[in-house]
Amino acid sequence: MVDLKVNLGTLQLKNPVMTASGTFGYGTEYYDFFDVSRIGGIVVKGTTLRDRQGNKYPRMAETPSGMLNAVGLQNKGVNYFAEKIYPTLLDLDTSIFVNVSGSTVEEYVETAEIINELDHIPGIELNISCPNVKEGGMTFGTSCPSAAQVVKEVRRVYKKELMVKLSPNVTSISDIALAVEAEGADSVSLINTLLGMAIDSETRKPLLSTVTGGLSGPAVKPVALRMVWQVAQAVKIPVVGMGGIMTAADAIEFLLAGAAAIQIGTANFIDPTAPVKVLEGIEAYMLRHKINRVTDLIGALEI
Amino acid sequence: MKKFMSDLIVTENTPLNDQYFLLKLKAENELPVIMPGQFAEVKVEDSPSTFLRRPISINYVDRNRNEIWLLIQIVGPGTLQLSKLRPGKLLNLIYPLGNSFTYPVRKDANLLLVGGGVGIAPMLFWGAQLAAEGFHCNFLIGGRSQSNLLLLDEFKKYGEVYCTTEDGSSGEKGFVIHHSLLQNQKFDAIYTCGPTPMMKAVAGYAADNAVFCEVSLENTMACGFGACLCCVTDTTDGHVCVCTEGPVFNITKLKW
Ligand SMILES: Cc1cc2nc3c(=O)[nH]c(=O)nc-3n(C[C@H](O)[C@H](O)[C@H](O)COP(=O)(O)OP(=O)(O)OC[C@H]3O[C@@H](n4cnc5c(N)ncnc54)[C@H](O)[C@@H]3O)c2cc1C
Ligand SMILES: Cc1cc2nc3c(=O)[nH]c(=O)nc-3n(C[C@H](O)[C@H](O)[C@H](O)COP(=O)(O)O)c2cc1C
Ligand code: FES
Repeated sequence: MVDLKVNLGTLQLKNPVMTASGTFGYGTEYYDFFDVSRIGGIVVKGTTLRDRQGNKYPRMAETPSGMLNAVGLQNKGVNYFAEKIYPTLLDLDTSIFVNVSGSTVEEYVETAEIINELDHIPGIELNISCPNVKEGGMTFGTSCPSAAQVVKEVRRVYKKELMVKLSPNVTSISDIALAVEAEGADSVSLINTLLGMAIDSETRKPLLSTVTGGLSGPAVKPVALRMVWQVAQAVKIPVVGMGGIMTAADAIEFLLAGAAAIQIGTANFIDPTAPVKVLEGIEAYMLRHKINRVTDLIGALEI
Repeated sequence: MKKFMSDLIVTENTPLNDQYFLLKLKAENELPVIMPGQFAEVKVEDSPSTFLRRPISINYVDRNRNEIWLLIQIVGPGTLQLSKLRPGKLLNLIYPLGNSFTYPVRKDANLLLVGGGVGIAPMLFWGAQLAAEGFHCNFLIGGRSQSNLLLLDEFKKYGEVYCTTEDGSSGEKGFVIHHSLLQNQKFDAIYTCGPTPMMKAVAGYAADNAVFCEVSLENTMACGFGACLCCVTDTTDGHVCVCTEGPVFNITKLKW
C-alpha cells in the first residue's frame, strides 16, 4: 500500500487528485461514471453572491489540443448553493471546495462569509483569475496590490483553508503568488485559463460571443508546468497545479515541478473517469518506482 | 436516467451518398433504455484535430440485434474520420444523453414530424416509437435534391412520407415550410429537427396555428452531460443547458 495523503496548508487530502472548478459541475454530473468519493477533492463551479446568467451563446470553441470557453460564471448564487446544493453533497467522502468569485471585494467577502458557515466545506478556492467576466474576476488577479487586497479582506472572515487561484495572464505569476501568501493564503492553485481567441475565416466572425475566452486543455500544459515550477520555488505555501492534465504521467510532471496536489479540468469532458484513471496511474507509478509516499514526489525534479 | 461510457462494435458503415453515412453499432451487454430524441457523445480516434467528443443523435434502436444506428453527415475532420470506420472497430460512446420528445395526449392525434438535412436523424427513432405505441405519423422531409432524401424506406414503415427538394427533383419544390400538407391538414402536434432557419419557420407555423410544437436543438457542446455549461440556449427560465434540459424544447420556452 502506498501512502497518497498530501497536506494543503491546514487541510489533509486523502490523495493529490482533485477536479477543477467549472469542469466538474457539483460532482453529481459524474456519479454515473465513478465513485466521486475516491478522489482527494472536488472544486465546485464558480460561485458568486448573486445569480448570474453568464455570457451569451456561443461560449465554446474547439482549438488545437484544447478549447476556449466564455461561460462567464453562470451560477444561481451562493444562497442557492447553501440551501439547495450543499445538502446533497453531505454524503460525499472527499474534500469539497467552493470556487468563489465576485465583482467587488465586498462580494467576495460576503460570499466567503456564507460558505464559512457550511461545516462540510473545508475550504474555498478564491477565483481572482476568471478571464470571462467584465468586472472583477481576473482584474483582481493581475496586479499585486489588488490581489493582496481581496485576499486580505477575505482572510478576515474566512477561517478555513483559503486557496487562491492565480491567473496565467500576468508578467510574473510568482510576484502575485508572493503577494497573496503575504496576506494569509493557505495555498495557491494555478493556472486558470489563458486568454485567447478564435476566428471563423469564412464568416469573418469570432467564434465566441465575447470575442475572447479562456484556453484550456493540453495546449496550455507546458505554460502551466513552467508557472507551477516557478511559483513552487517562490512561495512556502503548497501549490496546486493544473492545466492540460489528461493522464497520470501529466499529473506526475506537475508533482515533480512542485505541486502538492493537482486538478483535472477539460479532460473530464472527454473521459469522465479521467480522475480515477489518473489516481490509479499515480499509484502504479509509485509501485514501479518503489516510492512509498506521494509527498516524496513533490518538487523531486532533478535538474 | 443512468449514463454509460462504453465501447460499441461497428457492425455496418454504409455510405448513403457522398455526404451521409449510416453507422450501425452493436453493444456487448443489453442496450440501456434509450428515449427518442436522445443523443450520444462519440469519441473520435485517429483524428488529431478532433479534441472533444462529437454529439450525434440516436437515429434508431434495433432491440432485436442490440444495435443503435447513427446517421451522420460529413462536415469536418471528426465526421470524416467516423465515415472511415470499418466493421469490427470499437467506438467509445457516452450515452444516452439529453431529454426526449413528449408523447401526444390523444391516440388519434394527427402528428407531423419534420426533418431537414441531417435533422431527420432523431425523427426515425421517434416515428418508430410513436408507431409502436399506436400513433399515426406524417413525416415531412426536406433536402437539397433527391439524393439528399435518405432512409425513405425506413420512414415509410412508420407512417406517411412527404418530401420537398430545393431543386424539385423529388416531391414538392421548395422548403418544407412551403409544402401543401401544411395548408391541407390540421395537426395536433409537430416535432422538428434540422437547420435553425427551418426549425424557426416550422415553429412560426406552429405558433400561428396554435399547435403544440417541439424542436430539437444542436448547440455546440464540450461535455454533453451538464458539466461545462457551454451549450446554453436562452429560455423563459434563463440560460439552460441544451445537453441536459434539451435537446428537445417546447417552442413556448425558447426565446427565438
Ligand atoms: C444534440 C446534437 C445532435 C446531433 N446529431 C447529429 C446527427 O445525428 N448527425 C450528424 O451528422 N450530426 C449531428 N450533430 C452535429 C454534429 O455534432 C457536428 O456536425 C459534428 O460535431 C461536426 O464535427 P466535425 O469534426 O466533423 O466538424 P467540425 O470541424 O467540428 O465542424 C465543421 C463545421 O460544422 C460546424 N458545426 C460543428 N458542430 C456543429 C453543431 N453542433 N451544430 C452546427 N454546426 C456545427 C462548425 O461550425 C464547422 O463550420 C448533432 C449535434 C448536436 C449538438
Ligand atoms: C468550461 C470551463 C469552465 C471553467 N469555469 C471555471 C470557474 O468557474 N472558476 C475557475 O476558477 N476556473 C474555471 N475554469 C478553469 C479550470 O478550472 C482550469 O483552471 C483550467 O481549465 C485549466 O485546466 P485544464 O486544462 O485541466 O482544463 C473553467 C474551465 C473550463 C474549460
Ligand atoms: S455540453 Fe457541457 S453542459 Fe452541455
